[in-house]
Amino acid sequence: MYQEFMTAMIALTLCIAFLLLIVIVVTYAERKVAAFIQDRLGPTEAGPHGILQSLMDVAKLLQKEDIIPAAADKKLFAYAPILIFAAVLAGFAVIPVTPSVIPSGAYIGIFYLLAIVSLDVIGLIMAGWGSNNKYAVLGAMRSVGQIVSYEIPAGLAVLSVVMICQTLDLQEISFQQGILMPQFAGLEKEVNYLFGLKALGINVTNVGGFTTWNIVRMPFLTIAFIIYFISSLAECNRAPFDIPEAESELVAGFHVEYSGFRFAALFLAEYSMMVLVCLVSVVLFLGSWNTPLPNIGSVRLADWTTGTLGAWSGNLWGAFWLLSKASVLLYTQIWIRWTYPRLRVDQLMHLCWKIFIPITLGLVLLAGLWRLWMI
Amino acid sequence: MKEITANKYNNSFFSVVSALLSGLKLTFKHFLGATKRREPTYVDDKNYFNQTDGLVTLTYPYESIPVPDVGRYRLHNEIDDCIVCDLCAKICPVNCIEIEAIKATEDIGITSDGTKKRLYAGVFNIDMAKCCFCGLCTAVCPTDCLTMTKVYDFPEEDVKNIIYHFSDLTPEQAKEKQALYDKQQAENAAAKAAALAAKQQGSK
Repeated sequence: MYQEFMTAMIALTLCIAFLLLIVIVVTYAERKVAAFIQDRLGPTEAGPHGILQSLMDVAKLLQKEDIIPAAADKKLFAYAPILIFAAVLAGFAVIPVTPSVIPSGAYIGIFYLLAIVSLDVIGLIMAGWGSNNKYAVLGAMRSVGQIVSYEIPAGLAVLSVVMICQTLDLQEISFQQGILMPQFAGLEKEVNYLFGLKALGINVTNVGGFTTWNIVRMPFLTIAFIIYFISSLAECNRAPFDIPEAESELVAGFHVEYSGFRFAALFLAEYSMMVLVCLVSVVLFLGSWNTPLPNIGSVRLADWTTGTLGAWSGNLWGAFWLLSKASVLLYTQIWIRWTYPRLRVDQLMHLCWKIFIPITLGLVLLAGLWRLWMI
Repeated sequence: MKEITANKYNNSFFSVVSALLSGLKLTFKHFLGATKRREPTYVDDKNYFNQTDGLVTLTYPYESIPVPDVGRYRLHNEIDDCIVCDLCAKICPVNCIEIEAIKATEDIGITSDGTKKRLYAGVFNIDMAKCCFCGLCTAVCPTDCLTMTKVYDFPEEDVKNIIYHFSDLTPEQAKEKQALYDKQQAENAAAKAAALAAKQQGSK
């Protein structure tokens, strides 16, 4: 019991440290990419090419005074950042990192993930309400309204994947999308056909690569992927859906009263959320930790870039592919932020309720039909 | 009468998507161009107006665009050529030049353009914090000793240091010169008085 607890604590510490590292890299990348897109240089002073800039920012935030407004609801105010960060961090528990490493191999993986990340909303309301500041409350309301709305198309897009894969376990979904499928307990006799259609009769179980990714197994999942990706932008409050932030009216939205460590926690949660939704997109749609390179005849690209299940090679390749695909999506998030102007509140809701939800409902139906053709 | 439609853009799905994609294409082109940098070249360089892509940021203290050799920025007074005529101080619209002239007891030399110098500059201060860089003082200067230079980066930590002292006399030397002049004046006055007294005595 004690041993288990200690192992879990060490794993948690490692996980947070790793997450912090990724967030630092992403914030640095965000500043550099923004600068390059706008023909600027970005940070250059702290370390070579400014690579220490984000680290210095964290160090600065941690040194700052922890201010709690006199009229704030102190308990809500103090616990909100912790709740928000904990909700996002808990989501990482079911993300498969490699074929043999997953923090928690829960059978209800994706269901748990959607549920726990929704807790975020309560944290946002706590932060907005606890600040006792009208701008913070307005920012929190906008943020929550947007997140709750966009959870529906995101959830429906996920549901269509679940209907294709017939499982909630993210590790099983990952195995289904590559050449290692027969090595997963319970999937030994499964066969992947091209586009998932048995009628086509092209067996791609041993071809692997991108041909077994979910967006190819069921081509209409590409639409689900795009919708999930856009909804996830809204869930992270990223541009072009960053209406909770508005310099001229709401200042920074729900976290306007936060400073020092608490602000750092909110900031960390925001960027962790970005990383999390990118990882979920990759796991659900883009082949998880599977290689994108297929076996072509005797050129066993997929075998070479997958390694052996359970061995070092398998773990390293898996982590490499997962993180590379997630980085591409993260870059896209940043790229979109510095390209598009943001949507108005009514446009935001229009996009969600009148466009995405009908499309995703149709996709769920189509996924059900497709599943019938797959077996 | 022309019909006014509420929607002047083509809002069909494909035109919106292609507009969105062309936006992404544009920013990505700039992202890829980030390997290039604008060169800090002088304005008469052939490429000055041709550097249309790449990063435009100038990391100023480390690099800077050259300014003309005849740039009109910080003032400089060549005190050896200055005849302390006070014209610059009089024309200055913001009164940033402070001059206290001391009359010399004898000729103290000539300037490089041959003008005789008869005055010491006890104080010749220019407060560059007040200066408005209009250049009037350099225009009126009869010996062209007051000029504007191409130096434009001269911030100071202490505001006192932004006042430039151009006088070649220390305050002690200035006091000495003043004393010499006063003494000469007194001697002259005494001699005059003596001469007057002798004249009056002679006429009696």
